[in-house]
Formats: sequence, C-alpha cells, structure tokens
Amino acid sequence: MREIDRRTQFSRRGFLRTTGAAVPAAAIAGTSISAGAAWAQDAKAIAPHAMATLVKAARDIFPHDHIGDVFYVRAVTPWDAKAGKDDAHKAMVTEGIARLDADAQDAHASPYLSVAWESDRVALLRGIEHTKFFKTLRADLVVSLYNQPEIWPKFGYEGSSAEYGGYLARGFDDINWLPTA
Amino acid sequence: MAQFDLNDDSLVVIIGSGAGGGTLGNELAQKGVKVVILEAGDRYESADFVNDEWASFAQLAWKDMRTTSGTWRVGKDFPNLPAWIVKAVGGSTVHWAGASLRFEEYEFKIRSTYGALPGANLLDWPISLAELAPYYAKAEDKMGVTRTNGIPGLPGNNNFRVMAAGAKKVGYKEVHTGRMAINSQPRDGRGSCQQIGFCFQGCKSGAKWSTLYTEIPKGEDTGNLEVRPNSHVVKIEQDAAGKVTGVVYASPDGAMHRQKARVVAVAGNSIESPRLLLNSASNLFPDGLANSSGQVGRNYMRHMTGNVYGIFEKPVHMYRGTTMAGIIRDESRNDPKRGFVGGYEMETISLGIPFMAAFMDPGAWGRSFTSAMDGYSNMAGMWLIGEDMPRETNRVTLDPAAKDKLGMPVASVHYDDHPNDIAMRAHAVQQGSAIYSAVGATRLIPTPPYPSTHNMGTNRMSEKPRDGVINKFGQTHDIKNLFVSDGSQFTSGAACNPTLTIVSLAIRQADNIARMMEQREI
Repeated sequence: MREIDRRTQFSRRGFLRTTGAAVPAAAIAGTSISAGAAWAQDAKAIAPHAMATLVKAARDIFPHDHIGDVFYVRAVTPWDAKAGKDDAHKAMVTEGIARLDADAQDAHASPYLSVAWESDRVALLRGIEHTKFFKTLRADLVVSLYNQPEIWPKFGYEGSSAEYGGYLARGFDDINWLPTA
Repeated sequence: MAQFDLNDDSLVVIIGSGAGGGTLGNELAQKGVKVVILEAGDRYESADFVNDEWASFAQLAWKDMRTTSGTWRVGKDFPNLPAWIVKAVGGSTVHWAGASLRFEEYEFKIRSTYGALPGANLLDWPISLAELAPYYAKAEDKMGVTRTNGIPGLPGNNNFRVMAAGAKKVGYKEVHTGRMAINSQPRDGRGSCQQIGFCFQGCKSGAKWSTLYTEIPKGEDTGNLEVRPNSHVVKIEQDAAGKVTGVVYASPDGAMHRQKARVVAVAGNSIESPRLLLNSASNLFPDGLANSSGQVGRNYMRHMTGNVYGIFEKPVHMYRGTTMAGIIRDESRNDPKRGFVGGYEMETISLGIPFMAAFMDPGAWGRSFTSAMDGYSNMAGMWLIGEDMPRETNRVTLDPAAKDKLGMPVASVHYDDHPNDIAMRAHAVQQGSAIYSAVGATRLIPTPPYPSTHNMGTNRMSEKPRDGVINKFGQTHDIKNLFVSDGSQFTSGAACNPTLTIVSLAIRQADNIARMMEQREI
C-alpha cells in the first residue's frame, strides 16, 4: 500500500490560511506551554497567563501526542483578536480561566497550568464542561484545530487530490492485507 | 440563451434547480415549453469546487438559519443545521454521492404492507412501481447509472474492499460497488471517475451526474430555458379565482421582483418547499398555499441513518476514491421478524479529518475521542440508511420568532424517531459492527446521524386530497397550475437514496405538465 509521509510540512498555503494572527512555527516548536512564551506575551486582549491556560486546556480537550504545541497555539490565537473586538467574549474568557484556576487551587493548590497530571486537569475540565466557556472553546477547537492542513498528514489524511489526478493511479484500491476469498 | 420578461405569463416558473427542478426544466425545454428556473444560490462550475471540506461547505451549503425541535439527536448536535443541502445551481445534485436505486414494489405500498403502525401516518403512493418503471429506465439512461444500460460498475476502493470482505464473512450475498450515477467509462460528453474522493464537495471531473452540467446546459441550449441564480423566492402569488399567477423573489441586494407565470413548480427541497407554501398563505388559503388538507409540512422524513466506522491494525485510507461506491443490499427488505418493518442499505462512506472531527461524536472530547481520530488512516466506514416512518408530528413549520434577512419566517424542523426507526438503527449498527469485526476490526465507532441529506415527504402525494398535498402527477390537489417537483412529493421514503426517484418523477411530471398545457387544462 502507498503510505504517506507523516512528517510536518509547513506549506505556505496552509500557513496563510490557518493563522489568524501569524505565529511562526519555528518560534514555537519545542517550547513548553507557559505564560512566558512569545505567543502568550504577544497577546493583546487576553493576559499571557490566560492565553497559556487556554492553550493547555485546548491540548487537554483534544490531546494528540504526535501534534506539537504550535497547532494548539494557532487554534487558540484567534481568540485574542476576537476578545479585542468583543467585550462579551473577553469577559467569557477571563471569567472562564479564573474559574478553572479557582477550581485548580481548591483541588491541587496550584493554578490549572501547573497541575502536573493530565488526568487531574481533565477532571477540572469535566467540572466546567456544562459552561458556555467550555462549550464554546470545544466547539471552536473542533474546527480550528482539525482544519489545519499541516496536521492532516499526521493522521494519514492527504487532503486535496484533484490536482494530482485523484487516486486512480495513487492507491485507491491498493489494500493488501484483507483475507482473500 | 433565453431571457424572459418578468411580465411573460406564458412561462413555467420552477423554484429550485436540483434533481427535481433542474430535470423538470430541461425536460420541458426539450418539448418546447418556455421555462424560467429561479435558484436561490449562486452558479459555480466544476473548476470552482474545492477539495476542502469546510471551504466547500462555506461555498455550497444552505447555511440560512433554521430552527429545530424534537428528540432527534441532530436537533441537539446541530440545532440550526437540521439538513446538509446545497444552495447553488444544481442544488443538492452538486454534493450528492451518486447512489441511484429504485424503490421496491412494496415500498410504494407501505400502508398495505406494514399495516397501521401506531404513531405513524402510513399511506400508499397513488402510483405503483409498474407506473414509474419506464421513467426509472429513462432516468438511469439520462444519468448513466452503473449496472444499468450495459454500463459497468465502478472499481472498488479500499473502503469498499474492507466492507465487502467483511460482508462475505458474515454471509451477505448482494454486495457490489453500487448503482452509481458516476461514469465508470466516458459517457454523455463527460469523462470517467478519477477516484478523487471528494464527491460531497462537488465533482471536479464531472464524472458524477449533476443537473449543473447536464440537464441545465442542455435545457439552455434549446433556447427555451433561462436559469436565474441568486433569485430567492419568498412568495407564490394567487388570484381571486384561485390560480397561481407568479412568484416574488429577492435578488442579493434585497430588491424584490415579480415574475409572472402560467404554471409554478416548487422544487426547493423538503424544508424550503413547504416553508414557501406556508409563507404564501392567502385569503383562500389562510393556513398556507395548497394546504386545505393541513398536510403541508407534515410527514417529514429524513431516513433512519447512522454510521459504523471500524479501526483496523493496518491502513485502509478510506478517503481515497469514490465516497459511496459500495453497497450491501441484503437487509433492504421487509422482514418484521427482525423487529421492525421496512429495510435498510449499508453503503460505504468516508469523511476527511475536518468533518470526521466535527461529526464523529458531536460534543465529545478527551482521549476516547482523540485516540479514535488517531486511528483515522486505519479506518473503514459505512453509512446506514433505511426507511423511516412518516409521522404527522414530524413536520416543517414556520418559526414563530426567527426571521431570515428578508424578514420571512424561517423553517423550523421537528423530528422524533419512531420506535421502528430506533429498532432499525440498533439492528443496522449491530450488523455493521459484525461486518468489520469479521475482518479484524480492533475498535468499532458507531456514530450518530449527520444533518439530514435526504429530506422527504413534506408535500406528499396522495390519492385522496384529504391525505396529502399533491396528486399522482405532483399537481397540488387545491390549485391546478401549482406543482411540487422535489422529494417533498414522497409518500414514503423507502430504504434507498432518493435522487433517482426524484429524477424519474420529474421526467414523468414534465410529460404530464406538457400534456395539460397542450390540452389547456392549465
């Protein structure tokens, strides 16, 4: 079967398309999610700590260990611009993160960002999953995370095919492990 | 290309350009009848389509606001998107999968066959399979349906081969790559399928039949058909004698235009068509045009649907190739011993990563969800589609509060699964799971219904005027020169995809409208 190269490839088209506010991939690769990161410091309407917490929550909501932080940062970055234009959105984010941190303080005596185990953070998210903040974040992420063409190869998905002549000569029927009958 | 005057009252005005409206328009034009098709959406061509699920959705989908109620899961997951249909020239034939199956004889006679099912509003069609068969044959030839007219089947892709291998192990017999209105060899000036895999996003090669590049240009070539895109009809008008006289439509700037007509045919799909009739209430018809029966909008059907995806140890790459060229037909029969009446088909389906994330389990998050997504390349998928029971209470009404940008009340769709639908879905999911398990699936993912692509029944055909909205020709019982030409005509939905039947009815209706015009009946 024709397998595909799953290494990250940053196409210009995908880069331009998915970045509401441009976040250079090289600047993020390998960094950890913290308020000190450049992308968190660069946020204008959302405080760096809240921005970093949003990204951490995004990863905890849709955890893919083979996907780098950059894609979660990109998925969440447009929320800063939106908060800058929409006070209600900004308030929802601020209050949502404050609630998450308060719950984390109660349970673990630390802010959400510093809760070490994913399972503990997920339990905190379960506690707020009925809130508008959580529902909005999840519903937004399911598009803003998965609609980034650069991550598609990591799932073994090849995206647009018409320009390559479809799959007629590229393995539409190349499965080779089925029982023959 | 024809261009007709707004005051020309000799025209047949068709609202909608999809399987029903586009076909009717061409058929009438071929007979010398002057036709204007008013299409709410824009006009795109194959080169404009994009192999990108969300971008294509933004380009083609009907996104105007709708509301929902009822216990169906679609209403919870997608409260303002009950249906996934197209707003563009070609209508939903732009994004349909191509599956082209005939109803079975018993599926025209569900009241006689199934009896009086509590909580359902069953009725026999006023036509039989024998009456429709010659038109099915014409439609299959027109659309180039594989496995008819000597046209070979499409080659099976990886997704089909997994399903077929499992089906064989389970003991199913009627398993093949479907009767598809997708060219397996060049035909009718269109090439053969390139296995692109984006059937739902508009076929970029034109191998799949769509009224957009078959019926409509052929009709335009006669000089008898004008298609007006971006023309959203808001009202059908009526004179004191009860005849319809024309329609009012909005252009994108919001300006209203009045097109006169000798005959009006409504083909806006089963949500918009009843909405338009209800929004066209008059002194003679205070409850909605042609609604003396009270049946306009009722008996909404959307098929029993569901999906099973299986994840395997090794890769499948289900997205490669024709999306729905694969079918198991053994369960498409009426065998109440299974615990339900009516039958269902099992058809291959695949979604790309963006839509799989959005539709696999709406609302879900966490590792159960993401680990299933991680299995994407090793996933095979099937769609389960069966007959749902018409119910009077499943209906399209006008939302009491929400209005569109033109100020017209939007459609509100209420749907509750009938116990028969629930029993059928459970059976279908069990059988689908058995198929993938038989070839080594390590994980099964039963996914809920997607927003409805098959919308049917809201202006149904009936022998007696009190039981439905239209007669056996699609002519409204109440108004002689008003017709319905889309899937809202369906008295029942059968187990199979509706497009072939919509096209067949449109060809038949064109013969009858032309005859009635000739004889000055209308």
